[in-house]
Amino acid sequence: MTHLKRSLGIGLWFMFLTLPLMVVRVNTVSSEVEWRWANLVWAGLCAFAIAWLWQFSIERRAAKRAQVAADAHPQKRKPTLAQRLADDPVLNRRVLLGVGLLAMAFPWLVSSGQNFYHVNVMVSALIFVVLGLGLNITVGLAGLLDLGYIAFFAVGAYTYALLSKNFDLGFWTCLPLGGVMGMLFGIVLGFPILRLRGDYLAIVTLGFASITKIVLENWDTVFGGAAGIANIPRPDLFGIELDGRQKAIYTYYIVLALVALTIVVTNRLKNSRVGRAWMALREDEIASVAMGVDMAQTKLSAYALGAFWAGLVGVVFAAHNSFINPDSFTFMDSAMILAMVVLGGMGSILGVIIASLALKLMPEYLRAFAEYRMLVFGAVMVLMMIFRPQGLINDMRRKYEYDTADKEDTDGGK
Amino acid sequence: MDFEYLFQLLCGGLVKGSIYALIALGYTMVYGIIQLINFAHGEVYMIGAFVALIISGVATLSGYSGLSVLIVAAVVAAIYAAAYGFTLEKIAYRPLRGAPRLSPLISAIGASIFLMNYVQLAQTPDFLPFPELVPEFEFMEPLLQYVSSVDMVILVMTALTMVALTVLIKYTKIGKAMRATQQDQVMARLVGINVDRVISATFVIGSVLAAIGGVLIASRTGQINSAIGFMAGIKAFTAAVLGGIGNIPGAVLGGLVLGVAETLGAGYISSAYEDVFAFGLLVLILILRPAGLLGKAVKQKV
Amino acid sequence: MAASNERKKLLEVSGLTMDFGGLRAIDNVGLDIFEGEIVALIGPNGAGKTTFFNCVTGIYEPTQGDVKIHPPGGATRRINGMKPNRITALGMARTFQNIRLFPAMTVLENVMIGRHCRTHTGIVRAILGGAATAREEKESVDKSYQLLKKVGLAEVADEFSRNLSYGAQRRLEIARALATDPFLLLLDEPAAGMNPQETHELDALITRIRDEEKVAILLIEHDMKLVMNISDRIYVMEYGKEIAQGTPQQIKENPKVIEAYLGEEAHA
Ligand SMILES: Nc1ncnc2c1ncn2[C@@H]1O[C@H](COP(=O)(O)OP(=O)(O)OP(=O)(O)O)[C@@H](O)[C@H]1O
Ligand SMILES: [Mg+2]
Repeated sequence: MTHLKRSLGIGLWFMFLTLPLMVVRVNTVSSEVEWRWANLVWAGLCAFAIAWLWQFSIERRAAKRAQVAADAHPQKRKPTLAQRLADDPVLNRRVLLGVGLLAMAFPWLVSSGQNFYHVNVMVSALIFVVLGLGLNITVGLAGLLDLGYIAFFAVGAYTYALLSKNFDLGFWTCLPLGGVMGMLFGIVLGFPILRLRGDYLAIVTLGFASITKIVLENWDTVFGGAAGIANIPRPDLFGIELDGRQKAIYTYYIVLALVALTIVVTNRLKNSRVGRAWMALREDEIASVAMGVDMAQTKLSAYALGAFWAGLVGVVFAAHNSFINPDSFTFMDSAMILAMVVLGGMGSILGVIIASLALKLMPEYLRAFAEYRMLVFGAVMVLMMIFRPQGLINDMRRKYEYDTADKEDTDGGK
Repeated sequence: MDFEYLFQLLCGGLVKGSIYALIALGYTMVYGIIQLINFAHGEVYMIGAFVALIISGVATLSGYSGLSVLIVAAVVAAIYAAAYGFTLEKIAYRPLRGAPRLSPLISAIGASIFLMNYVQLAQTPDFLPFPELVPEFEFMEPLLQYVSSVDMVILVMTALTMVALTVLIKYTKIGKAMRATQQDQVMARLVGINVDRVISATFVIGSVLAAIGGVLIASRTGQINSAIGFMAGIKAFTAAVLGGIGNIPGAVLGGLVLGVAETLGAGYISSAYEDVFAFGLLVLILILRPAGLLGKAVKQKV
Repeated sequence: MAASNERKKLLEVSGLTMDFGGLRAIDNVGLDIFEGEIVALIGPNGAGKTTFFNCVTGIYEPTQGDVKIHPPGGATRRINGMKPNRITALGMARTFQNIRLFPAMTVLENVMIGRHCRTHTGIVRAILGGAATAREEKESVDKSYQLLKKVGLAEVADEFSRNLSYGAQRRLEIARALATDPFLLLLDEPAAGMNPQETHELDALITRIRDEEKVAILLIEHDMKLVMNISDRIYVMEYGKEIAQGTPQQIKENPKVIEAYLGEEAHA
């Protein structure tokens, strides 16, 4: 009953909040005022429903935490599906194989003749998967909140565009160069700022991305200004002529390979000495340095590596679109990649892949959703932090193999 | 050296800087109390400007105009901004007290994106003209080549707001509670201060200041859209850091310095790169003097 | 203290002073630790004990004074202002008064972080893999697991560290610090929050660590029973100053110490 009352109150409060913005619209050109009272009702109803759910969820969250705290034998908890998948190497391999085959066959299944729209969409989505995985290193694993990640993507894209335009360099030469340029920018920028506190870092990276965009927009002699650079060559395949569909499929395989590479590399790093140090820094900087982790070096490596992937895939982006301009590299794009990492679960590779595909494909296929996309992403970021900070499927523990035998005697000399 | 031009730039910079200062105060006060960069603060400022636009728009079309409309619009805008700031804290930040440090930050970014797009969808992504409500004051005649009437109103309003804020913080009960909470939250709780209320009050006050800033800047630039909060927010944050985050006089000083530096840079070098100067300044200050101009370096307790 | 002089000195602190703004948290404090010793640092709340640890382990840079270490089999170093990770690499490791574990990492991984400064795999080798990398990883895992066994946490090795009980978390911190192969272990209130049974076990654990791992131990502790039981020597601080040092017996009888503690009781 108290819930009902509170929800009613909250509903009314939101009707008050949304009153001017959602109801009134002043059209100064035609000197008219538009009154949209229906919106007010909707706002009130939605707020009421959400408030009810909210209270319920907050209570559940508290109960769950209390239960975990009281749990004397935490090991006996039922493992999640993802945990079982990770713990079972045979199942793991089978699922991987299945997904891999499906991914290989995908372009042939959905395209024909002149119709390769779905392939192009998937190429864009996979580009964002690489971006998501790259940012996952910086934010998810190392806990460095980078709000300007898209800038490194821009660095890669412009590297290819400029090198191919001015020096006639091919895609395959530029691909590694794009990655290296991204990494160099990461190092040069990261070096002075990585010792800043987490929240300052966020703002400075944001500033850096804005500066990059402003420079790209205004220095038109080099970067083509707001109009950007057109006629960027597509990836070449030993000089063989490809038609539109073949080009799209070829690019698809290139990104797919990059995705696979990113997954392998990130996975290896994550389960290594380096990855553990990143995570430790994310969890507690002071404890990490006190345990012997070199903060500057470790952070820089995470930052530069994240930038590397963005630069690399930026080259693919430029080649795929054959046209780039500064509008592809806005804060909203950085925010979207961040939303992918947050939704997928900080550090979870599988989660980030799924979230990236979902966030990129949904607006493409659900046009109605496209308009509300950023609104939803924003809400998702808030809600995830409150109700599922570990992400959709990140509750995984890595299990190590160890000798349980006593080693007292053999371990004599340290 | 053209002194007249310089003087014009300086005045323009001060006007701009005082707006930054108004917004920066919200950042600094919130940061001082809960050590959170309230990314959505710029959005509250934008909402303030929008509410004022709607009120004054309706009023203008109904035949009212002049300074009184501006005042009414500003009051309503302040009330709404306060309501949004209050709600924002309750929803996006309060459930995350004690969470890992990245969580509230990400939540704040999410809230900022949400609010920006909410206004864009509820109103329009385009720029809307803001009615001219400040009359040309006659006594301004001799000064007009340096500061317009609007600028004068901005400077005066900012000064008045600062005085009011100082009084509030120095002499009222809530002000004292705020200062106590800023110094030591645990102790404040122990001596019976309702910390939750203090935090809410901080958001409300900060939001009111931002709304005043929003109304003033809108009447100066004559147009607004849903994206203005983003840049203004970053700039104001820069100002807060410049002055020493958590430090109230620092935010004012930082705002003024930033406004002047930016205007001078734009005036003498290139206006296209105006934002670059601001960010450059931010990066420099963070690297050279992270505690800011007036802030004290504190060591984190371990 | 004739006996001590024959042994090798490990840590030598002299004239240590630390100011925070106007507050002098530590005022001209000296302290020596010899091989194989358990030394306790005690004093009322706010005496500056934790700050002393922070100065010695590089978290803070002392305002004045010298912190020198003499690693067994290594050259004497002055470590003021050195980065914490370098000091740890040189052979001093610590635990924290307010437990600072890595909550979203498993218990075993927490200890493995302690192995970080004794292992070498970098980004390239981590990506390429290979036998040497795998061997190093395996060694790290095994060594960490043995340490968990030592502190009695082997069964929960794969659990998230945040799910452990308070006492278990304190022991995990000790295991993590030991994983850095220190010659001197600094424990900040290891018994805080433990029940009497756990404290009793801790007592045995600390002595065992000293004997088996061949490390000297400096501990801050409020539990006087524990302190008197296991320490060879005790230093007492009050308001940032060192007011006494000696064997447990001497400290028990020292009027200044009694005054400091009774005074505290009277205030509380
Ligand atoms: N980073 C810091 N900045 C300012 N003052 C500090 C800082 N760290 C410690 N202090 C002050 O230094 C004094 C000593 O603190 P410290 O934590 O060393 O005491 P302690 O002996 O460990 O006490 P306890 O037994 O309660 O742990 C206290 O007055 C404390 O407030
Ligand atoms: Mg202490």
